Amino acid sequence: MGSGRRWAVSFSDNSTSPSCRDIRDPPGFTRASVDQDDSTASRQKKDAESNWKAQKAWEVAQAPFKNLLMMGFMMWMAGNTVHLFSIGITFSALWQPVSALQGVGKVFEPYKDSKVELLGPKLLFIALNLGGLALGVWKLNTLGLLPTHASDWVSSLPPAQEVEYSGGGIPL
Amino acid sequence: MDWHQQYIGKVKQAVFSSQKTGRRRVIVSTEENVIASLDLRHGEIFWRHLLGSNDVIDGIDIGLGKYVISLSSGGSILRSWNLPDGQMVWESFLQGPKHTKSLLLVSTNMKIEKDNVIVVFSNGRLHAVSCIDGEVLWKKDFETESFEAQQVIQPPGSDLIYVVGFTAASQFEMYQINARNGELLKHESATFSSGFLREVSLVSSETVVALDSTGSILLTISFQNGEISIQQTPIANLVEDSSGPAIMIPSSIPGIFAIKTKSVTIFIRVIGKGKLEVVEKTNHETAVSNALPISEGQQAFALVQHAGSEIHLAVKLAHDWDDNLLKESIKMDQQRGIPHKVFINNYIRTDRSHGFRLLIVMEDHSLLLLQQGAIVWGREDSLASIIDVTASELPVERDGVSVAKVEHNLFEWLKGHMLKLKGTLMLASPEDVAAIQSMRLKSSEKSKMTRDHNGFRKLLIVLTRVGKLFALHTGDGHVVWSHLLHKSEACQSPIGLNLYQWQVPHHHALDENPSVLVIGRCGPSSDAPGVLSFVDTYTGKELNSLSLVHTVVLAIPLPYTDSIEQRLHLLIDSDKHAHLYPKTSEALSIFKREFSNIYWYSVEDHNGIIKGHALKCKCTGEVADEFCFDTRDLWSVVFPSESEKIIATVTRKLNEVVHTQAKIIADQDVMYKYISRNLLFVATVAPKGSGEIGSVTPEESWLVAYLIDTVTGRILHRVTHHGAQGPVHAVFSENWVVYHYFNLRAHRYEMSVIEIYDQSRADNKDVWKLVLGRHNLTSPISLFSRPEVTTKSQSYFFTHSVKSIAVTSTAKGITSKQLLIGTIGDQVLALDKRFLDPRRSVNPTQAEKEEGIIPLTDSLPFIPQSYVTHALRVEGLRGIITVPAKLESTTLVFAHGVDLFFTQLAPSRTYDSLTEDFSYALLLITIVALLAAIFVTWRLSERKELQDKWR
Repeated sequence: MGSGRRWAVSFSDNSTSPSCRDIRDPPGFTRASVDQDDSTASRQKKDAESNWKAQKAWEVAQAPFKNLLMMGFMMWMAGNTVHLFSIGITFSALWQPVSALQGVGKVFEPYKDSKVELLGPKLLFIALNLGGLALGVWKLNTLGLLPTHASDWVSSLPPAQEVEYSGGGIPL
Repeated sequence: MDWHQQYIGKVKQAVFSSQKTGRRRVIVSTEENVIASLDLRHGEIFWRHLLGSNDVIDGIDIGLGKYVISLSSGGSILRSWNLPDGQMVWESFLQGPKHTKSLLLVSTNMKIEKDNVIVVFSNGRLHAVSCIDGEVLWKKDFETESFEAQQVIQPPGSDLIYVVGFTAASQFEMYQINARNGELLKHESATFSSGFLREVSLVSSETVVALDSTGSILLTISFQNGEISIQQTPIANLVEDSSGPAIMIPSSIPGIFAIKTKSVTIFIRVIGKGKLEVVEKTNHETAVSNALPISEGQQAFALVQHAGSEIHLAVKLAHDWDDNLLKESIKMDQQRGIPHKVFINNYIRTDRSHGFRLLIVMEDHSLLLLQQGAIVWGREDSLASIIDVTASELPVERDGVSVAKVEHNLFEWLKGHMLKLKGTLMLASPEDVAAIQSMRLKSSEKSKMTRDHNGFRKLLIVLTRVGKLFALHTGDGHVVWSHLLHKSEACQSPIGLNLYQWQVPHHHALDENPSVLVIGRCGPSSDAPGVLSFVDTYTGKELNSLSLVHTVVLAIPLPYTDSIEQRLHLLIDSDKHAHLYPKTSEALSIFKREFSNIYWYSVEDHNGIIKGHALKCKCTGEVADEFCFDTRDLWSVVFPSESEKIIATVTRKLNEVVHTQAKIIADQDVMYKYISRNLLFVATVAPKGSGEIGSVTPEESWLVAYLIDTVTGRILHRVTHHGAQGPVHAVFSENWVVYHYFNLRAHRYEMSVIEIYDQSRADNKDVWKLVLGRHNLTSPISLFSRPEVTTKSQSYFFTHSVKSIAVTSTAKGITSKQLLIGTIGDQVLALDKRFLDPRRSVNPTQAEKEEGIIPLTDSLPFIPQSYVTHALRVEGLRGIITVPAKLESTTLVFAHGVDLFFTQLAPSRTYDSLTEDFSYALLLITIVALLAAIFVTWRLSERKELQDKWR
């Protein structure tokens, strides 16, 4: 047995060099159309993507609004008395905007693009979240948990010292 | 946690029950108006009755062997009680023309159809009463107007009764009366020109001995066969060196009597007709019992003499002085003082000889039973008359100290463990069991002698009327130490008046022991010089005692302490000089610094004036030293004597802690409390209405309540209750005062509350100022700055009549308050202060309801469950004291009267600690189970995850 070579795989791509091609193109495939305006196609594609990104960013920025409505509804449901449920709702209403605000950069990370103007969505996002926070604080206030009254500041005020002292009574 | 102790008071008279069967008992009557039956073996109370304070017991005796006869209320009420169980059998009222000394004699030798006759001389009349049903058999009036009987005598085995006594000062009278029908058989009188002293001693059934009015001549008066003969014997003839006038020690021993001069007690025997002979002279303090018939014609009596740390007992036969039936010496605690009274009882030993028991009443009111040379039992009955209470901390537990004290050495330790082992193996004998129990008690948490974390264990220092101090452990009420006020050369009979905390070390003076100050007086009169005694509360040792040259009219603890935490006290004498104690230069410099800010006031309730004084300068005069200051009058409030009479004054407690000056009301509004240490509540009533309830019509009776500033004399509030009458009981705390009185129009008791608020602070409502601290709410204020106050008040009906009111006090003053009301039934009722809120309205708004305001009702609720004393009674309740524990929610309550009661209260529940029945085991098990569950589920999830990955 001379050489044992039965098959071989050539990894060189021959698709763009039809000169040295022994297999014909499949019918209906025109090699020229691909190569024709390559640059315009890619520009179009990028535009679409940035448009999509901007759209998405606005969507993300508007997302807290829905949240806000839901929160408002739940707060209305919870009532104005201090108990476990209302406290839980209020604190989640306070916590969500705070955590969202902390992660503003992260939320808009995927839509970062040199061509996409993210300031608008970001501002909207922040404004909506601040709105949520305000709602939470308002709820806290309606629950009476904010020290906004004089009584909240004087409740542990010790009595004033008196300068004079007098003792006595009925003779022993 | 609670404890209740029963006492009877100082024994006046004791009668031994002669029952042959059953448990031996002794019947006693006491100065606290108690009739009690005590177990002779252990001193326990079988039964006890406390008579009212105006129903003073004059005499007791036993009739027919099964009835206890008591004469009380100045001889006008005669009662019979069943001896075994103390139930009342009958009661008779004995009237008479005038008030006299009353005498009780239960005749034993005169049987009329199995009945004994009780002969009572009272209210100037002689009564014979049947012992079975209390029916008056006959009465006999005496024609002489001012006859004062001294003895009612019935010679043994005869039907005659002799009543002897004095008319005016110099006439001796003898009446001979037939005991069967009260017929007067003979009346003789004799005059002795120089007069008699009232006390007589009976030396035979027909002879008495008295002293003349100068106390220097002995008069032997015999009235044999109705003939009176008086023999005079000057004491100087009997005793050469007798000094000063003598007094008679009343006794009834055949043939022997005793007199006492200034320092010597003399026993004198009567031989034959009026001849006297001195048998003994002694310098020791001596008490003599009455004669006790022991066999036919033989009478024994007991003598108790006090000699240093011992007492000598002697039992002698009446006719044979030189021979002693019994002679013993017993070591006696110095703190018990001298013997005051002795009662003798005998029993037959197995060898048919006579044994004797002696019941001794000591100077400190304790009652001891002596038998066979030992004290069988003792009762600390001084505790029935507590006059002042204060609390003291226990020592801090230090490593090594307590262990060394409990287990002295290895042997003791081993013995203890052996005993415990025996106990668990059921091998212990009864003595062993008792030993184990006492050991357990000693080492138990409750009665440990060290401070605990929650501050529940404390010492209650109590001062009793006799001038004895006791330290009671709050854990179980046992007496830790006791101390009788010392007599000194300068002061023979000191009496205790008040108790103050002298030194309460904390912070920087922790190595000092705390001490109390006892302020006393030399004798009962108010112009007697004062006595101070400083007592260490850990050990009960007297640190120092001072006999003062000045009197003590007022004692004022000042709100200043020196560097070793001694509190400055100002004592005011009757000349209105102020004396500063302690007399140290440091105290003086502190005092000088605050000199112009110290004032004092005096309430002269007899003439209706309240006066305010200020300090002026150093004293001038004979008592002058640098610690004495002159004072000047500053203001006075004079109540018109024709319309007002002071019946109650009350102030805040000096040591009360107030948490806050603000009161938050509905809708987050603030009211500022007017909190001042210098407020005095005064209640006055119309002079006509100061008598008993019902003695006046509503129109002529009123009650006026005042709130007076004691620095400036300004009346801050005044309110009149028309148709109201005393007695008024009041309590003052924080910014409110609650008082209790009788409403004549409604025929009910009422309680009123006044709350006082500071109006000048009311506009401090700017939040930003408060947040930034730009307010002057906590800056010191002067009372001369004219405070503007408003008051709120409200009255409610209350079902009970009240003996005393107190209020709970806690460590920081955060916990809500309860009123502790001592009811007429001698119980203590706790009532939330919320019920006595002046802002209660018929229909409270939602916000007010949230604040905790209860809808208005006309009367205060009476909740049977809120009796602090449960089913127990604190007989003769006089005072309620509250002491804060270290735990904010809890307050310690001590109620005292004839009985003592102690408990812990948590007015708002124990919010800062777990309850005693909290199951720590359950908590632990839950935690362990949860941890196990977490671990198991974690392992399971791990495994499942791994399996998923392999799939």
